[in-house]
Amino acid sequence: MGKVLVVTSGKGGVGKTTSTAALGAALARSGENVVVIDFDVGLRNLDLVMGAERRVVFDLINVVQGDAKLAQALIRDKRIDTLSLLPASQTRDKDALTNEGVDKVVAEAREKFDWVICDSPAGIERGALLAMRNADVAIVVTNPEVSSVRDSDRIIGMLDSKTLKAERSEQVEKHLLVTRYDPNRATRNEMLKVDDVLEILSIPLLGIIPESEEVLRASNMGSPVTLNNPDSAPARAYFDAARRLKGEEVDVVVPLDRKGLIGRLFGRRVA
Amino acid sequence: MNLMSLFRKSSSAPVARDRLQVLLAHERSVIGKSDLLATLQEEILAVIAKHITVEREAVQIKMDRGASVSTLEIDVEVPFDPTKAGPRPDPKPSVPASA
Repeated sequence: MGKVLVVTSGKGGVGKTTSTAALGAALARSGENVVVIDFDVGLRNLDLVMGAERRVVFDLINVVQGDAKLAQALIRDKRIDTLSLLPASQTRDKDALTNEGVDKVVAEAREKFDWVICDSPAGIERGALLAMRNADVAIVVTNPEVSSVRDSDRIIGMLDSKTLKAERSEQVEKHLLVTRYDPNRATRNEMLKVDDVLEILSIPLLGIIPESEEVLRASNMGSPVTLNNPDSAPARAYFDAARRLKGEEVDVVVPLDRKGLIGRLFGRRVA
Repeated sequence: MNLMSLFRKSSSAPVARDRLQVLLAHERSVIGKSDLLATLQEEILAVIAKHITVEREAVQIKMDRGASVSTLEIDVEVPFDPTKAGPRPDPKPSVPASA
């Protein structure tokens, strides 16, 4: 029986899809059997970030409606064979996703994989609720920025009230993933520190992903950052986070991209 | 712009933290509000309206749930001159008793 994980945030654009792909690939590279499921019906993007956009035949709604078997809809990653993707539908009939239908698909995925990672759409509407519904573990992706922290607080409230675990008076295990963090700006008091965000949201820290050019480079290439450049700072941070998910004790550090002399002299950008 | 402003740190992050703490304390109390609080608010408002005219928004009820003790905070904003604040629901109101 695998674990069901939801990657959620409330706010859009904070790095849910990037983190889903990067963590999924990191877990798969360590030998785990992983499926990532895109719940962003109508605005699917996980396929694109993972470089599988031309291989989509069936999607989540096809499986829910019984038009395709789960095994037919899964896209096996070409780089890591323990990583699979279930894409979202690009059509707009969101109502085709029912609670029961989603429960059934997630239950079947849980039988076949060690990790079922659900990439939530932004917002607090039905799509986000469906994505978190079956979760055992939630990763709350937050940027060190006021609107993102506020929305994360809302999402944490929903994880405690709107999930199947909550209905059974159990707790979804919640973890904070701080993304786009700039330690230099935080030191200069220009950006919320991780400790500030932790104190406000009061859930345990899974990892700190530094702001990095490598993230855009990886999505340009259609490859999770943990595969595209495993030695880069964000990739190392995601690998650490993946190890913590597996229960390992790993010290929290903010990895930095190694820059050459020229990069160090001219690399600092104007804020 | 003087020279000092070049050296002064632009510390906007503490402002962000303080704003968030205040905002979320409020939002959590509003969103986590139970039916009990809604009922209390209605009934307390009804009692107050017998004596003085107050806006609905002038009555705020907050509950702070602590580990051992919870506190109920009732905040009523009383108009400057309650007798002239507006029409009364009761045509023959009793004079508010002094506390």
